[in-house]
Amino acid sequence: MSISIQTYLHKQTKAAPLAVFRVLFGLLLVVSMIRFWYYGWIEKLYLLPNFHFHYYGFEWVQVPGNWTYALFFICGLSALFFAIGFKYRISILVFFLSFTYIELMDKTTYLNHYYFVSLMAFILMWLPAHRHFSVDSFLNKSIRVEFIPKWNIDALRLMISIVYISAGLAKLNGDWMYKALPLGIWLRDKIDMPIIGQFMDERWLHYLFSWGGAVYDLFIVFLLLWSRTRVIAFIVVLLFHFLTKAMFPIGMFPYLMIVASLLFFSNSFHTRLLKGISKVFRIPYEAFCNGMKLTASTFFSRAALLILPLFFLTQLLVPLRSHLYAGNLFWTEQGYRFSWRVMLMEKTGYANFKVVDRVSGKQFYVQNEDFLTAFQQKQMSTQPDFIVEYAHYLGDHFKSQGHQNVQIFVESYASLNGRLSQPFIDPTVDLLTVKNSFKAKSFILPLRND
Amino acid sequence: MSKLHFLLCLIFFFAVACGGDNMEGEGPPETENNSFNRGEMLAFWADDIIIPAYSDHVEGLDILLESMNAFYANPSQSSLNDFRDAYLSSYQTWQQVSIFEIGKAEEIGLRNFMNIYPANEELIENNLNSQDFNLVLPSNFAAQGFPALDYLLYGIEDTDETIIQLLTSENGRVYTEALVNRIRDLNTEVLTDWNDGFRDEFVSNDGSSATASTDKLVNDFLFYYERFLRAAKVGIPAGKFSTNTEPSRVEGFYSMNFSKQLFQGGFSAVQDFFNGISFRTGRQGISLRQYLEHIHMTADTEVDLAAAINEQWQSAESQLVGVNNNFQEQILEDNPAMEALYYELQDAVVLLKVDMLQALNIQVDFVDADGD
Repeated sequence: MSISIQTYLHKQTKAAPLAVFRVLFGLLLVVSMIRFWYYGWIEKLYLLPNFHFHYYGFEWVQVPGNWTYALFFICGLSALFFAIGFKYRISILVFFLSFTYIELMDKTTYLNHYYFVSLMAFILMWLPAHRHFSVDSFLNKSIRVEFIPKWNIDALRLMISIVYISAGLAKLNGDWMYKALPLGIWLRDKIDMPIIGQFMDERWLHYLFSWGGAVYDLFIVFLLLWSRTRVIAFIVVLLFHFLTKAMFPIGMFPYLMIVASLLFFSNSFHTRLLKGISKVFRIPYEAFCNGMKLTASTFFSRAALLILPLFFLTQLLVPLRSHLYAGNLFWTEQGYRFSWRVMLMEKTGYANFKVVDRVSGKQFYVQNEDFLTAFQQKQMSTQPDFIVEYAHYLGDHFKSQGHQNVQIFVESYASLNGRLSQPFIDPTVDLLTVKNSFKAKSFILPLRND
Repeated sequence: MSKLHFLLCLIFFFAVACGGDNMEGEGPPETENNSFNRGEMLAFWADDIIIPAYSDHVEGLDILLESMNAFYANPSQSSLNDFRDAYLSSYQTWQQVSIFEIGKAEEIGLRNFMNIYPANEELIENNLNSQDFNLVLPSNFAAQGFPALDYLLYGIEDTDETIIQLLTSENGRVYTEALVNRIRDLNTEVLTDWNDGFRDEFVSNDGSSATASTDKLVNDFLFYYERFLRAAKVGIPAGKFSTNTEPSRVEGFYSMNFSKQLFQGGFSAVQDFFNGISFRTGRQGISLRQYLEHIHMTADTEVDLAAAINEQWQSAESQLVGVNNNFQEQILEDNPAMEALYYELQDAVVLLKVDMLQALNIQVDFVDADGD
């Protein structure tokens, strides 16, 4: 057993796939950062709101005012630096920290693919991605190698596999498989699309896409791993992601996943790609093909072999935490995030907050648009932890305005995957008496018509 | 093999390079099938509801201007009455266009200049006396539009005689003319824009993203319903957003007996827009109601949402029957009836904002950030 592990850990492969991934992943993130800035989202999502929703345990992460632009600049610059492999160890660390900080500033903007970026950057921090086809190894011959231990690439592949397979397993639920929801809701107004638009209103197409999506997520990794199906699998990857890109506003996500799937390609493919790129940019690529292997154990390789197994263990466990809670997961969203549950539900909500003076009984309603942006209102009204956090914010606000004996109640309704709206949070619970925690939220009313 | 790989890479980079953020289909819209056509709905909204409603409103404002000029040509009780009548009827026609804060109206922020109430009496008097005012400034929202006119025509003095005196004073005349001209000019500007190309822009933007016309106007519609109809006209004066009732915050506070009529105007406009009642012909066309019915039929949903929404509005209408023409009086004498009206309107918010938005897959306003 331990011998076979040792043999595996010493197995060498070309460094080219890791270098290709570093370059493309980094450049995509540079584009992401510029795009985010260009669209004015820094201002819209972080500077305009008066209040931000925090992740449990990360309440200390604050939006640094106008310095947020500097934060994005540093994030984009570090992505560029690690893409070209310049001061790699520092730049990937700075990228991981700045990107993750940005994501932690407001959970309103939570997206699975941002989380994926953070995780991939975390893994990359421990890998020798700068020892081939990089500025660092160009300037410093002593770190330059042509071969690296294969587990470095397998670590990234494992992460991608976890994402796809978890996403596939999550699709195996009643709404997705037997009602073709929420896809049915999303597809039926896409009748303007070329060719397939005319079928977008048809139920069979909704089922085809739902089942096709589940099969894709569950099996694509295996098809990419096997060399005989790899090319056809990659064509499917392209089709899948450009189709979803054409239908939904999913930003950079398809490109990320396409770049990630290149990691499954052969050494010769990546070598040829690097040669091609080198030709265009007049880089003497042969210099990197020095026949050297990375065999010595370094600080980072020792750390990686200690940290990455623990990391993957948590990656397997975190998506399973939702099973610790009773009730419909989509309804309560206890343990929903960080679990690769992608596009699984259409949920809309409405939350009308009532401020009550416990002694005099006087009460009034809150106009949410006075405190939250439209986007924040949308996210808040369907997620119980948002509702609690906002209620506490309202409590503090009205207390500071001189109101006394403040109680906050909410009359809320939500609709899940086409079900008729129904009461969401117990309207008799003073939300100032409850707190966000990992404990089950007893004030969520059960979903009827589950 | 290697050629194939190279080809795949080419496809990939080409796709990345071309993959804009608006991958709207370029093919001709499909007309053969029975799919619901958002473009047709937008055309009906523009041609049968929005533009005719604005035309009617602007015609009313021309009459308002004429009657004001007639009043200044010959100030008397009778010409004051005509002026007031023209004011009231144009305040009424305002209710039928206030929902449509899109295009030019959105750009100039029309509603802020037309109907921010309660009017700021002190500001109005300062502006009038100092003759140093700039109505373009946001700080003057509450010193212009219909509420300010309401104050000048009914509230600034105690008797009609003294009101005539004030209106015909040098300062009074300058300010009154400024207000009426501004109301007329801004609304005319919006109507002109609809007729000069915005109509086509509006109708052709028939996609289903956050910036598509359907999504934008439905969001505007819901925003109007929730904030300007439910809250401003009923909820706020009835004290639903404060610890005490605020009867002085009713619409048309100085003219007294018209707050119910103004509310009814806005509420009818809401229902007609939802049901697709043509402003021109009074016949039913294609609107949110038909859209919801189409989905109910094709997607086999639990309930007929359009019917549920109309039913809820019917109970609001029944509640309204017993309410005083003067909302202020109603609140002072019997606020629970006013609160009951508020709750009837409120119950429809859930059906509209939760169930309808989900059924129609309408994106929330202004948020075009990524999803996954």
